[in-house]
Amino acid sequence: MALLRGKAWVFGDNIDTDLIYHGKYLPLTDPREMAKHAMEYVPGMEDFSKRVSPGDFVVAGRNFGSGSSREHAVLCLKYLGVAGVIAESISRIYYRNAINNGFLVLECPNISKKVKTGDELEVDPESGLIRNLSSGEELFAHPLSGLEREIMEKGGLIEHIRSLMEG
Amino acid sequence: MGMTFAEKILAKKSGLSQVKPGDVVTVEPDRVMSHDNAASIIKLFKSIGVERVWNADKIVIILDHAVPAPTDKHALNHKEIREFVKEQGIKNFYDTDSDGGVCHQVFCEEGFALPGHLILGSDSHTCTYGAFGAFSTGIGRSEMAAIWAVGRIWLRVPESIRIELEGEFPQGVYAKDLILRIIGDLGADGADYRSVEFSGSAVKDMSISDRMTLCNMVIEMGAKNGVIEPDDKILSYLDGIAKSEFEIVKADPDAFYERVLRYDLSKIEPLVAKPHGVDNVLPVREVRGVRINQAFIGTCTNGRIEDLRIAARLLKGRRIAKGVRLIVIPASWRVYKQALREGVLEILIDSGAIIAPPGCGPCMGNHLGILAPGEVCISTANRNFKGRMGNPESEIYLASPATVAVSALMGFIADPREVL
Repeated sequence: MALLRGKAWVFGDNIDTDLIYHGKYLPLTDPREMAKHAMEYVPGMEDFSKRVSPGDFVVAGRNFGSGSSREHAVLCLKYLGVAGVIAESISRIYYRNAINNGFLVLECPNISKKVKTGDELEVDPESGLIRNLSSGEELFAHPLSGLEREIMEKGGLIEHIRSLMEG
Repeated sequence: MGMTFAEKILAKKSGLSQVKPGDVVTVEPDRVMSHDNAASIIKLFKSIGVERVWNADKIVIILDHAVPAPTDKHALNHKEIREFVKEQGIKNFYDTDSDGGVCHQVFCEEGFALPGHLILGSDSHTCTYGAFGAFSTGIGRSEMAAIWAVGRIWLRVPESIRIELEGEFPQGVYAKDLILRIIGDLGADGADYRSVEFSGSAVKDMSISDRMTLCNMVIEMGAKNGVIEPDDKILSYLDGIAKSEFEIVKADPDAFYERVLRYDLSKIEPLVAKPHGVDNVLPVREVRGVRINQAFIGTCTNGRIEDLRIAARLLKGRRIAKGVRLIVIPASWRVYKQALREGVLEILIDSGAIIAPPGCGPCMGNHLGILAPGEVCISTANRNFKGRMGNPESEIYLASPATVAVSALMGFIADPREVL
């Protein structure tokens, strides 16, 4: 997995699935439409989808993605071109959904205190090393496990299963 | 070394003699459940390239998130699900008719939630079935599509927390207040990825409905599952309705728990979770007087006959406050019919409540009671996230059916003990 570089958008603790992608948009299936509503319910971030650039990172505090099992909360960020979520902790179902959709999630202690919105990050998903190029600080996220990396490299669980069945 | 419930069942289902937290096992679920999101699972399933589902009898689909369909998009989703279940021979399908209701309620009433079963659902509140001694947890729709295709999934063996419950509830205090207390103490991520076992003498005294309320809300502190060891109450309930054979799985007495917590029920008081977090828990008396526009009694947490009876007892012969809308949604049509027979619905209607058809209703902001900007709702549901009921400028307080009913009566948040 290659080194990633992008700008950070820092959020707080307990960013739940309704803040990331509200329940009223669940019937949407068009990726472009879904992407428009990413983070819309976070106060002050209503126009996040217009401000974020492809390759940027979402950085958050504890318990990112708590709540519903909706995969839209992963897909809206993925479709928007966000490179991944780096949070102090990520809720169980969100974490699985992200890996299973080939979307990078990393858990990194204290990240929301060590990174400011606008900081430039360099992330090595393989080792979990995160360099804050703006402050010069280095942080260490828990690296992905073997199976997680395998699923990510295939692009998600569906693709992973398809390749196993063909293999 | 003994094993916890989670360790024991995951070892058994993966054919291993011993597992420990952190191990990753591959299992075949005994049953899987999906609701309206089956529509997107169908698309993912088809993209895998498999013709037939792995086992049509093990798949249960219950429409509840938006029934009857409020928009053309919802209607199309339902139509695609109807075509798919027919094509695949999926018999356990609950459509928009009087066999249906909220998926978790119907799943339990129909005898699918069984002791020692491993059940996965594409809904976060699948953890409810732990009330029957099942290991049940929520998964995403890609995972569900993969299970439909190959019948297997990977699960990480969780660490376990045991919560021992003793004593009796004081008057006006219910299982909802207890689980709010626990979530308030542990925090919204206090049990993240953990298995939560409820035990102690107070659990044995609890009704099945109360046990479902406890297990239903463990996800609100991040837990993977919640479970209660099945007893005679569960076995006699399942007698004659169990959809298949089952074998009880119990934790070993010498199992290791990461944490053991104890609660004395006699020390719990009526509580609310304030906007916008389920762990933002305070005694009702500290928010007494907060004006409400809407009160909602229903959902997989508190929409059962026991809950409606509590509300009816408090509202009988009384009229709810002017300007307050009281929306009651029985969790299933079975609950609806029972409440109809007992005269519970008539009491509620006479008090000014309106009764909506069983389903999730306004819980996640789909329909049947969306809030306007600036409005406040007190609800028996399980989530009060910002905007959950359809508007980011509205506020949701979570409470027991008694607290919600009394608040509807007063027009502001009030303690049920004031009326009892």
